[in-house]
Amino acid sequence: MEKTMSNITAPTPLTASPRERFQSLMRNVGMLPVLLLLTLGFGLLAEGFLTGQNLSIIAQQASINIVLAAGMTFVILTAGIDLSVGSILAVAAVVSVMASMLPGGGVLGIAAGLVTGLAFGLLNGGLVAFGRLPPFIVTLGALTAVRGIARLLGDDKTVFNPDLPFAFIGNDNLLGVPWLVWIAVAVIAGSWFILRRTVLGLHIYSVGSNPEAARLSGIKVWKVLLFVYAMSGLLAGLGAVMASARLMAANGLQLGQSYELDAIAAVILGGTSFVGGVGSILGTLIGALIIAVLSNGLVLLGVSDIWQYIIKGLVIIGAVALDRYRQSGART
Amino acid sequence: MPIDQTRPVLEMRGISKTFPGVKALREVSLTLYPGEVHSLMGENGAGKSTLMKILSGAYQADAGAEIRIDGQPVVIDGPLSAKALGVAVIYQELALCPSLTVAENIYLGRELRHGGRVDRRAMEAACADVLARLGAGFGPKTVVGDLSIAERQLVEIARAVHANARILVMDEPTTPLSSRETDRLFALIRQLRADGLAIVYVSHRMAEIYELSDRVSVLRDGTYVGTLGRDRLSAESLVQMMVGRDLSGFYKKDHGAYEPGKVVMAVRDMKDGRRVRGCSFDLHAGEVLGIAGLVGAGRTELARLIFGADERTGGELVVDGLPVRLRTPLDAIRAGVVYLTEDRKGRGLFLDMSVRDNINVCACSDDARGAGVLNLAKARERANGAIRDLKIRVPNSRVNVGALSGGNQQKVLLSRLLEIKPRVLILDEPTRGVDIGAKSEIYRIINDLARQGVGVIVISSELPEIVGTADRVLVMREGELVGELGGYSGKAITQEAIIELATGAGGDSLPRAA
Repeated sequence: MEKTMSNITAPTPLTASPRERFQSLMRNVGMLPVLLLLTLGFGLLAEGFLTGQNLSIIAQQASINIVLAAGMTFVILTAGIDLSVGSILAVAAVVSVMASMLPGGGVLGIAAGLVTGLAFGLLNGGLVAFGRLPPFIVTLGALTAVRGIARLLGDDKTVFNPDLPFAFIGNDNLLGVPWLVWIAVAVIAGSWFILRRTVLGLHIYSVGSNPEAARLSGIKVWKVLLFVYAMSGLLAGLGAVMASARLMAANGLQLGQSYELDAIAAVILGGTSFVGGVGSILGTLIGALIIAVLSNGLVLLGVSDIWQYIIKGLVIIGAVALDRYRQSGART
Repeated sequence: MPIDQTRPVLEMRGISKTFPGVKALREVSLTLYPGEVHSLMGENGAGKSTLMKILSGAYQADAGAEIRIDGQPVVIDGPLSAKALGVAVIYQELALCPSLTVAENIYLGRELRHGGRVDRRAMEAACADVLARLGAGFGPKTVVGDLSIAERQLVEIARAVHANARILVMDEPTTPLSSRETDRLFALIRQLRADGLAIVYVSHRMAEIYELSDRVSVLRDGTYVGTLGRDRLSAESLVQMMVGRDLSGFYKKDHGAYEPGKVVMAVRDMKDGRRVRGCSFDLHAGEVLGIAGLVGAGRTELARLIFGADERTGGELVVDGLPVRLRTPLDAIRAGVVYLTEDRKGRGLFLDMSVRDNINVCACSDDARGAGVLNLAKARERANGAIRDLKIRVPNSRVNVGALSGGNQQKVLLSRLLEIKPRVLILDEPTRGVDIGAKSEIYRIINDLARQGVGVIVISSELPEIVGTADRVLVMREGELVGELGGYSGKAITQEAIIELATGAGGDSLPRAA
């Protein structure tokens, strides 16, 4: 059978009921309208919300969560979960700050943070891919154990480097935009490229969509699983470098507490399905921005800390309900 | 044993069942008398399961159906009402809770209470009675998970007996049993018959039908063909009734006369220690080889072993004269062997991904530029080419494959495999759930590939499909290849010959026509 390029004509137009049309619309634009509505609403209600300075602060506040959520997107696309990213961030930050105090500390500190994150990610991935253990169990264990390691390494104290060579990452701008934001944008762009433009990306979606079909298609499922957890760990390491650069310190007990929950919330808000195979990195970006806008706006409005928690929680549940609704329309 | 044929316990009349696009049953009747074992036979897809599901309340019959129990018209509108009317079904996949005890399972959903508490003692005493009556070698306190499959079946039967079932449906109950366990089950069935139960026995195995049945009813293509009494049973008459005479010119071998090329794939002593017991055969280039057999004969299991999808306990695969180091499907694919799964949605397609991605998921690795970057132009070209060549009806290649009809989905899956340019193509039920147009399209593709020198294996439960497409047929029974038809074997490929081999009806141990 020879193959030549040809333009095919559509023999049957997709007939769609209004309900189906709405569902398809929701799938494509995802939560962008929610983000715009929130931004608009806070802009009207809260003074000083829609200023360049505040928007820059929001982006900066969102940046670490964006990086973690990008890693989480890879994992959840394979129908997995990584509960350990907050703890990995803590241990990588402690290692990074400690390494930065050695001679030649700048590059060394950054590299140490990244390598630490990658190592724990590979460990998670190895247990999931080769040990065939459920991701929830593996990373729940890692959440606790790695937190302990973070405290152990720092002697359960805050490690502090007032002359942190890479502090500029956390505090300076490049072309008027904070370094943290540049990093987040680069991570999103890189993740998008891997997911949408590489063979590996197609295989990640395949494994999440139907692992048995992926195996029968000759895809090395173990390789894909190992990659996504390694990626999540590496990005947690990058988040550690960003956090320690900002604080010039790292505390094994407090740093990164419950960051995994914000990351998961961003991914789910972004429309990535918990059952795997469906989702996008741009959705995750929007999800992370929604969380950041919500936090910032509620603070500006003077809503108490307690109510912020309640509202954020309800938003996440509402988004998952929306996810269910979309799922019901996704398959015939 | 004479049956009292005056008062039927069950009469089903005018039972039809329509699924979207398919008429599964057409005006089928079935009459059961107390104290008889009534076997139900028919090819795969003849409608046996559908009929039993209507009896057990899992499906509702179309309007116009009439069901009477003890002469009274009844409505069976769900599993609960079936149970209340005394209908019990022993399913192939046993419906027990493995972590509960035998007594808890028997009483599941209707536990005895004693002042708000579950009265275990009373439950266990009553169960011990039933179990003793059935000759069980275990007590009511045994945890079901510790029992063998045969013993679990006994628990199911005890549950039915204990619930005063009067009609017991058994669907292929001996498939998981050893021959000793089967003997014991048969003794039990005879005991239940003597107690006045009416038993519907669904089986493919001719020998069992002979041994047990008082009467046999045959279904074909959703219609009732007839019922034979024990004195008129014979292999010939049953096979004749099951096959009928409906061969059309629909299937056509048009890849030329049988002139097989060299051996493209050799399978040697393939086995998995359970369902496949040492199968060997050669596949020639340009040949369409049919593998026939009943459900559960091990055809799919054999195909999956050849493809490296399941672990094998022994066996070798040689492709183009070179032994394949077979551990995963990837090894088979690299050797040029591909497999189209029978479970299109469960194990084949990525339902929430696009047609284009589904077609390209295997071939994209070969197209990729450096560092594994997708070649999008090539992917589009492949997808559009496949859509055109296989006449896949889609508006464009970006739509989700889950939204397509069965036939178009099957073509997408098939084109994924064809994009690998296989040397050997194993098709497992290639036209299951596929409309007539797509069916003939798939036959055309099979012919094209054979003409191009690809070795094609067609596994099918549809006998006309096997007879109509294959140059040579291997018949499988209980994990072994038991016969060859067509090719140079000197035996013609006919439905009758296949059924005889597949059911063992031609064996010496069986009674022949009276």
